Amino acid sequence: MATYAFVLLAVLAVASALAMVLNKNTVNSALFLVLNLMSVAGLYLLLHAQFLAIIQILVYAGAIMVLFLFVIMLLNVDEEESLFDKFRAIYLVAFLLGVVVFGQIVYSLGGVTDLLPEISADMAYVGTVEAVGEVLYTTYLMPFEMTAILLTAAVVGALMIAQYKVKTSDQEE
Amino acid sequence: MIADFGNILLFLIHGALFVALSLFVAKLIRPHRPNAEKLMTYECGEVPIGSARVQFNNRFYIIGLMFLIFEVEILLLFPWVMVFQDIGWFAFWAMFVFVFLIFIGFAYELGKGHLQWDIPRPVVPKYVEGVGVVDDYPAKEPASSEPALDEPALQTGVNR
Repeated sequence: MATYAFVLLAVLAVASALAMVLNKNTVNSALFLVLNLMSVAGLYLLLHAQFLAIIQILVYAGAIMVLFLFVIMLLNVDEEESLFDKFRAIYLVAFLLGVVVFGQIVYSLGGVTDLLPEISADMAYVGTVEAVGEVLYTTYLMPFEMTAILLTAAVVGALMIAQYKVKTSDQEE
Repeated sequence: MIADFGNILLFLIHGALFVALSLFVAKLIRPHRPNAEKLMTYECGEVPIGSARVQFNNRFYIIGLMFLIFEVEILLLFPWVMVFQDIGWFAFWAMFVFVFLIFIGFAYELGKGHLQWDIPRPVVPKYVEGVGVVDDYPAKEPASSEPALDEPALQTGVNR
């Protein structure tokens, strides 16, 4: 059962990633990215990482995609240009580099025999919300509080950028 | 435990199948007689003007970013709720500091007036002798009448 689910999710992830890259419409690309993130969340679930899977859907497929769509709407990209409209040398270099990275991945996975290992009861517990909470607020308290500082810094930084935008648009009028 | 997520998978599969099946059945039984009027974008009975891809006000971006920050905060509250009884007051103070730090950013945003919204000035139609009804745009106040504020976000119609 898990193997079928893995194959389904893996095919979905690869197909949606390809569709995202090849799509001409930027909004459609963003929506395919949502599908890709959802299928990766499903893969996390198969590895018994439940909290991570839910975070993947809520934060990445939810909040971060909202920001992506906002950027697309803000920048007003209406030049729908396909990747293959015209050939550039940089595309060839990027393609060759991608082939090299893919080859490395395939080579390093060559020795692995059981791609979907049986997950023991101890391992299955690690990914639950309780297990994350038990260590997050005790052992990893410092990184946890640093997260709050990071989020605050993100808010202030984004407000500074947005403020600058408001100023320039005011001057243009 | 993990098998409970199988229910979610079933719901996803059923959702996809339901949409596909109902669209297929609709395609079978509906008449297909398109004309220009029918193929036009529906916009509440109005004739649609221009592209649907208009540039958004970048104030929405601030709202979106606030949503992201507070969603991350709430996600980190979930494991806290699950283990609160085991850890006790230590967990309480850990989360208190966390929420306080996030609220510093929120207070900064609120204090700088980033959540204040520009209220568009109404366009009042006016009757002019010999000309007829004209759309009278209220004249912009001269900038010199009041000292320019340092914070551009405060220069909204609300504060003026």
